[in-house]
Amino acid sequence: MSNLAISVTDLSKKYETGFAVSHANFQVPIGSVCGFVGPNGAGKTTTIRMLLGLISPTDGTGEILGISINEPEKYLPRVGAMIEGPAFYPALSGAENLRVLATLGGFPLDRVDELLEKVGLGARGKSKYKTYSLGMKQRLGIAASLLPNPQLLILDEPTNGLDPEGIQEVRALLRSLADSGTTVFVSSHLLSELEIISDHLVMLRKGEVVFAGPIQDLLMQQQPFLLVQGTSPSDLEKIIEIAKADGHKGTIRAGVAHIEGPAEWAGTLNKKAFESGITLTQLSPQLPNLEETFFEMTGDKK
Amino acid sequence: MIRVVFAEWRKLRRPTLLLGTLGAVTFFSGLVSSLLFLLIDSPQGNGDRGVRITREMLALPSGATQAFSSVGTLLGVIALCVFASQTAQEYTYGTLRNLLVRQPGRVKLLLGKLISMKIFALIMTLVSAVIAIGLSYILAGTKDVSTTLWFGTDGWNSIAQTLLNVFISILGFGIIGMTLGILLRSPISSISIGVLWLLIIENIVGAVKPSTLDWLPGSQLSTIASGGTADVAYSHALALGSAYVGLGAIVATILFWRRDVAN
Repeated sequence: MSNLAISVTDLSKKYETGFAVSHANFQVPIGSVCGFVGPNGAGKTTTIRMLLGLISPTDGTGEILGISINEPEKYLPRVGAMIEGPAFYPALSGAENLRVLATLGGFPLDRVDELLEKVGLGARGKSKYKTYSLGMKQRLGIAASLLPNPQLLILDEPTNGLDPEGIQEVRALLRSLADSGTTVFVSSHLLSELEIISDHLVMLRKGEVVFAGPIQDLLMQQQPFLLVQGTSPSDLEKIIEIAKADGHKGTIRAGVAHIEGPAEWAGTLNKKAFESGITLTQLSPQLPNLEETFFEMTGDKK
Repeated sequence: MIRVVFAEWRKLRRPTLLLGTLGAVTFFSGLVSSLLFLLIDSPQGNGDRGVRITREMLALPSGATQAFSSVGTLLGVIALCVFASQTAQEYTYGTLRNLLVRQPGRVKLLLGKLISMKIFALIMTLVSAVIAIGLSYILAGTKDVSTTLWFGTDGWNSIAQTLLNVFISILGFGIIGMTLGILLRSPISSISIGVLWLLIIENIVGAVKPSTLDWLPGSQLSTIASGGTADVAYSHALALGSAYVGLGAIVATILFWRRDVAN
C-alpha cells in the first residue's frame, strides 16, 4: 500500500478564462501535517474541490489514500473536509446539522455530542446555526469534518474568524490528530501558524506549484539574514554599502536594513560599521521564516 | 440510498417547514371545501371559474372528493415551492458540497432527496384529504346534500382514486419545482418563475386561447388531480404531464450529475 495520503500528477483545471490550476504535481505523506499556501486566486480551493470530487479535472490524475480521484465514493468515507468555510442550514441547530451529515455518512449519531464538546460547542449545540458567531460556525465546520474519524483531514482556512485562543485550540487539535496518525492537509493564510504545525508544504502561485516537500527543505533553500539598525536613519545606507563591499545583498524595509548573510558574519559587519563611525543599535541574525519565504516565492510583497 | 432519505427527512421535518406547510394545506383545503358548500346556491357558481356544482352532483359517490380534487392545483403549487426551495437552498447555503463529500453518488443523493420529498408530499395529500373530506361531510349536513353514497363501495373507490390522482399531480408539480431549483440554483428565482408560470401565465394564455389548456404543463397536472375534465381526458393529461415531468427530471438529473460544484 502506498504511504502517500495525497498524490497528484499534472492535475489541471482549465476554465474559459484560463488555467485555475495548471499541471500541479505534489505528494503528501501519510501522517504528516501539510500546509497548503498561496495568494488569493492561486488555485487552492479549486485543487481541494478536485481532490474531493466536487469538480472534475480537465487533465491529470490524482490519488487519495491510494484510490483514484475519479472514484471519490471509495475514499471519501475515510476523509473529513471543510471547504471554503463552514456551510450549514441556518434554521437547524448545530447538533441537528451534524446529525444530518452523520446520518448521510452512516456515522454513529452519538459522535455528534462528543464532537461538539471537542470543538467547544457543547453548550451551544442546541442553538440554531443562524445565531452562531463566525468563530462558532468555524468550530462547527471543523466538528463536521471530524465526523468520519478521518484518516485524511482536508481543511480550507479553518482558523478564519477565530480569536487567538481559538486559533491556538485548532492548532493543538490538528497537532493531536496528526500525532494519532491522521494526515492533515490544511490551507491557511496564517503562515506563522502553518510554520508551527506543518512538516510539509505545498505552495501555489497562479495555479502552479512552486514548492512541494518538507518545510525544512524550503527554509534551508533560503538565505539567513541580519536585521540591522543604526543610531540615525542615514546610517542604514552606509551599512548597505559596507555589506555590498563584502558581497552581501541588502535592502531597507520599514527603517531596518535586511542584509543577507549568516550569523557568523554579524561580528565582521559590527566591526566594519564601528570602523566607519556607525554605532549599531540592533544586529539580529535571523533564520528565514515561512512568511518571508512565501512573499519571496509568490512574488507578493508585504 | 436510505441514509440520504433519512438525512433529508431531518431537514424536512423541522417544525417551521412541516407545520407551516401543513398549515397552508389545511387552510386551502378548508377554504375550497367551505366555498364549495357555502356558495352552493350562488348564481356565480361554487366551483373553479364559475362552474356550478349542484346538490345532485355532490350527492354522487364522487361528492366526498369534489373539494379535495379541486384543491389539487393549490397543493401542487405548495409542493413546487417546497421542492424548489429544498433543492435550490443547497446551492445558496453552500451545503451541497458537504452533502456530496458525505455522499458522492450524485444520482443516489438526488433520488434520496426525491423520495424524502415524496413522503412529505404524501403527508400533504393525506392531511388535505382528511380536512377536505371531513369538512365536506360536516357542511353537507348543513346544506341538505345527501352523503348516503359517499361511503359506499363506489364512494371509497372514488376516494382512493382521487387520493392517487392528487398525489400524482402534487408529485408532478414538486418535480417541476425540483428541476427549477437545480436549473436556477436559487430558491427565490425557482419559486417565482414556477408560480408565475403555473398560476399566472398559464391562466392568461388559457383564458385567451382555451385550446392551449390541452397541452400546457400546469393544466395537465391540474387535470390529473381532478381525474379529467370535459375538455381534457385523464389519460391524455397523464401521458402529457408525465412526459413534461419526465423530461424535466432527466434534464435535472444530468445537470446535477455532471455539473461542477463551485460557488
